[in-house]
Amino acid sequence: MDFTVAIIGSGVSGASIARTISRYKVDTVILEKEADVAFGTSKANSGIIHGGFHHSPKYLKARLESKGNLMFDQLRRELDIPFQRCGILVAATSEEQLQQVEHLYQQGLENDAIGLEMCSRERMLELEPKLTHDVIGGLYAPGGGIVEPYRLVFALIESAVHNHAVLKTNFKVCAAEPLAEGGYKIHAADGRTVTAEYVINAAGLYADEISAIFKAEEFKIIPRKGQYYLLDRLSKAAPKRVIFPVPTAVSKGMLVIPTCEGTVLLGPDAIEQEDKSDLSTSRAELKAVLESAASMVPTVSERDIITAFSGLRPVMVGNSDFFIKISEKAKNFIQVAGIQSPGLTASPAIGEYVKDLLKEAGLTLVERPDYDPYLPKHKRIRQLSAEEAAALVEKDPAYGRIVCRCEKVSEAEIVEAIHHGHSTLDGIKFYTRAQMGRCQGGFCTSRIIDIICRETGLSPEEVTKKGPGSELIKGEL
Amino acid sequence: MKYQDFDAVVIGGGAAGMAAALKIAEYKHNVALIDREDHLGGVLDQCIHNGFGLHYFKEELTGPEYAQRFIDKLHSTPNIHTFSQTTVMNIEPGSAPTPRHEVICYSPIDGVFTCRAKAVILAMGCRERNRGNVNIPGSRPAGIFTAGLAQRLVNIEGHIPGHEVVIVGSGDIGLIMARRLSLVGCQVKAVIEIMPYPSGLTRNIVQCLNEFNIPLYLSHVIDKIYGEKRITGVDVAPLENGVPRSDKKFHLDCDTLLLSVGLVPENELSKAAGITITPETNGPLVDGNLMTSVPGIFACGNVLHVHDLVDHATSEAIRAGEAAARYIMADTENQAPQYRVKSGANCRYVLPFSFSPDRDTVFSLRSMVQKRDGLVTVTWNNQVIKTIKERRIQPSEMITFTLKASDFAGLSRDADATLAVAIS
Repeated sequence: MDFTVAIIGSGVSGASIARTISRYKVDTVILEKEADVAFGTSKANSGIIHGGFHHSPKYLKARLESKGNLMFDQLRRELDIPFQRCGILVAATSEEQLQQVEHLYQQGLENDAIGLEMCSRERMLELEPKLTHDVIGGLYAPGGGIVEPYRLVFALIESAVHNHAVLKTNFKVCAAEPLAEGGYKIHAADGRTVTAEYVINAAGLYADEISAIFKAEEFKIIPRKGQYYLLDRLSKAAPKRVIFPVPTAVSKGMLVIPTCEGTVLLGPDAIEQEDKSDLSTSRAELKAVLESAASMVPTVSERDIITAFSGLRPVMVGNSDFFIKISEKAKNFIQVAGIQSPGLTASPAIGEYVKDLLKEAGLTLVERPDYDPYLPKHKRIRQLSAEEAAALVEKDPAYGRIVCRCEKVSEAEIVEAIHHGHSTLDGIKFYTRAQMGRCQGGFCTSRIIDIICRETGLSPEEVTKKGPGSELIKGEL
Repeated sequence: MKYQDFDAVVIGGGAAGMAAALKIAEYKHNVALIDREDHLGGVLDQCIHNGFGLHYFKEELTGPEYAQRFIDKLHSTPNIHTFSQTTVMNIEPGSAPTPRHEVICYSPIDGVFTCRAKAVILAMGCRERNRGNVNIPGSRPAGIFTAGLAQRLVNIEGHIPGHEVVIVGSGDIGLIMARRLSLVGCQVKAVIEIMPYPSGLTRNIVQCLNEFNIPLYLSHVIDKIYGEKRITGVDVAPLENGVPRSDKKFHLDCDTLLLSVGLVPENELSKAAGITITPETNGPLVDGNLMTSVPGIFACGNVLHVHDLVDHATSEAIRAGEAAARYIMADTENQAPQYRVKSGANCRYVLPFSFSPDRDTVFSLRSMVQKRDGLVTVTWNNQVIKTIKERRIQPSEMITFTLKASDFAGLSRDADATLAVAIS
C-alpha cells in the first residue's frame, strides 16, 4: 500500500484534515485535480471567521463553527497566516430587521459565542463610523474575524508536507477499485495511480462524483454562485469590521468586508446554477452587489473597483448541514461533503472531527515524535520597516527588487512561491499578492513569466495562468 | 538608514522624468533620477512604432529613438545621478520653512536608502485601466491582456500572446497593437469602442485599422467573456441610450482579448505623501509652476494628466524642471500670486488649475465633445481675452495654448479674478 490515507481535494477541508493527521504516524497523500491547492471554492469566498450566531446549535456545522473559530489564534501563531479578529457587525435598518437580529443574538448565546452584544444605533456607529446613518441597531460579535482563505490553505498544506504528507497536483481522480487486502487503488485521468487504506472525500463541488466513483452514498452537489467586487486599498469605504446585513433564507447576505491585506470585498450574492465550472460574472447581478454594499456603507464607490470574481458554494441537495461521516456503503471511506459556509471557520475543527472518524474506522494514531507544528515566518518586504528591509536586502538583494509595484512584492518573494511549488501565475498571485493589486498584473505579468521560466526551466509557452490549457503565450516572433 | 543629499529628486525615468532632470541639471543643481526599470525610457522602450518627436524634434522617431536622445544627454550630464532598478516606496514631505523632502528607495543594487532634496518631481507616469475598472462580465480565463502588457510581450520579450484577437477600446495603444499583431500574423477580428467616436488619434485609426481592414464597432461593449482555461470568445452588444442591448448581441470567437480602455495617472505615492489629487485628471492639483499642494513637490507628464503625445509630456516636464530649478534657488518669480483657472462649457479640464498672469503660461485643455470648426474662448473676469479657432476638436486630442503676460496688460486683478476656458 502506497499510503495509509488518501485525501481527495486540497481545499480548506482537505488541507485541514491533512495537517491535523500529519501530527501522527500516518502516510498521507493529498490528491488535487487542479494545478495548485485552494483553486476551487477555497480561493473565492468571503474569508470570514464567523461569529457563531448564524446557525442553530442543532446543526453539526454550528458546533464545528464555534470550535473552529477558537482554533484560529493558535493557527496564526503556528502557521503565520493573515488572520485578524476584527469583529463582525450585523446592521439592521428597520424594526423588523432588528427583531431578526435578536433571534441571531439568542442563537449565538445557545452556541456559546463569545462576547455577543446587542447594539444601539449609537453603539453601532461608534463601532463602525462608516455605517449608513440609517442603521437603527444591530449585533456585534467581537469574536468574528477575517483570514486570507487561500493563504490559510497554502499554510495548512505546507505544514502537512513539512510533516511528511505528500501532495499530488493535476491528479484528477477518475476511477477507483477496492483492493482484496482492503483499501483502494485510485486512478488519475493522466494514468497515475496510488493505493491507500482509507480515503477521505473532500472534493468540494465534485464530492458527489467522487462518492459515485467509490460507490459510496448517492447525493447531488449543486453550485451556488457568489459574486464579489474587490476594492482598492485606498477606498474610503474600507471598514474596520465585517459588516453583514440581516440574513435571508439562502445566504448570509451581501457584505462589506475588510481584508487582512487592506483591500475591501463586497458580496457575495447567491445564485444557483447547474454548471460546476461556470465562474462567470454578470453585470446585472454585480450591480445589485454594489447597491447592497452602498446601502450599508455609503462611501462604497464604483471608482474603487479593482476586479470582480465569483466562487461556487458546494450545496448538497436536501441537506443544509455538513455531511461528514464514515460511509455506510464504501468501506474505509469518509465523506466530507456539503461544506459550504461556515466551512472556512469550521475547517480546523473539521480536521479534528475527521481525525476522530478515522480512529473510529479503525486507524491507529500514534503521534510523530518529530511533529513540528510551526512554519517559518514569511519575509514580506511590504510588512517591514525601512530599517528591517535594509537589513534583509543587504543579505538578499532580490528583496530590493520590487516586481509588483501595486502590492509591493519583491522578486525574492516570487522566487520563494515558485520554490514552494506555486508556479502558475494564479498560484503566485495567491501566494504573494503579485498581480492582485490595482493594475491586476498589467505591469508585472511579463516579469513574473521571466522569473518562472528562469526558476523552473519552463519555456514561456509552457507558463500557465492556472494549469494546463491556460497558457499565456502562443508563440515566439 | 543611508542618506544621500541632492537638490532635486526626479521619480520616474520615462519621457517626463528624463526631460525634467536634464532641465534642472542645466541650472547646475545636483539631481537624482530614480527609475524602477533596468533601462531608462519608460514605456517608450516598447513603442517601437514611429510618430514620436514630430513636435519636439521636428522629425519622426520611434519610441526607443526618442528616448535614446535623452538617455545620451543624461550620460553626458555629470550632475545627474541615475538610480535604475530602484523603486520609490514612500515620499515623506519635509515641513516648512525650509522643507527637505525624503524619498525612500529600495534597490537590489544600492539597498534601502533615502534621498533628501529640496525639490521632488513626480514623473511616475500612468497605468492602464483594466477589466475590473471597466466592469466586463464573464469568466476569467487566460488570454486577456491590457494592450500595453501585450505590447511589452511582443516588442520587448518577443512573445506572441495569441492568434485570434479582439481589442476592446480604440485608445492609441490598442490601435497600435491592432497593427502590430496583424503584422506578426495574428488575425485581429474587431475593435470594440463604447463611445460613438474613436478614443485614439485619427492618424492611428487610418494607419492601424483602415489600412488593415480591421472593423471598428463604435457604441458597442463586450457583453460577456467565454472560456474556462483560455478565452474562447466574446459577446458584443450595441449600446443604445447608454445601455447594452444584450438582445442584439453577436458572438466573436477569439483566443485573445486586449484591453485599451484608458490610462490612469499613478498617484498612490502622491496620495500617501498627502498631495491633493483632483478627480478631473486623477492627477495632482498643480499651480502655474506645476507645483502640487505640497510646496517643493512638482508633477509633470502622465502622472499629472494623460497626454496623447510624448512631445507634450516632454515640454511640460521642461516647464516643471524650470519651475523646480527656480524653486531650489528660492526665486521670487515662483511666489507670484496664483489665480484660479476654471473649465467652462464642454471642457473636461484645463491645466494648470491656477496660474500667475505675470508670466507666460502654457495651458492644456481636454475637450468633452467632438466639434468641427470649434472655438476655444478664454475669458478673464468674464471678459474675452483670447479666442482660438480649431478646425477639429475631439476628446482624444489635447489642445494647448499659451497666454503671455502681455495678454493681461491693463486688465484688473481682483483677488478672486478667474480665468475661464470654454469650447463652443
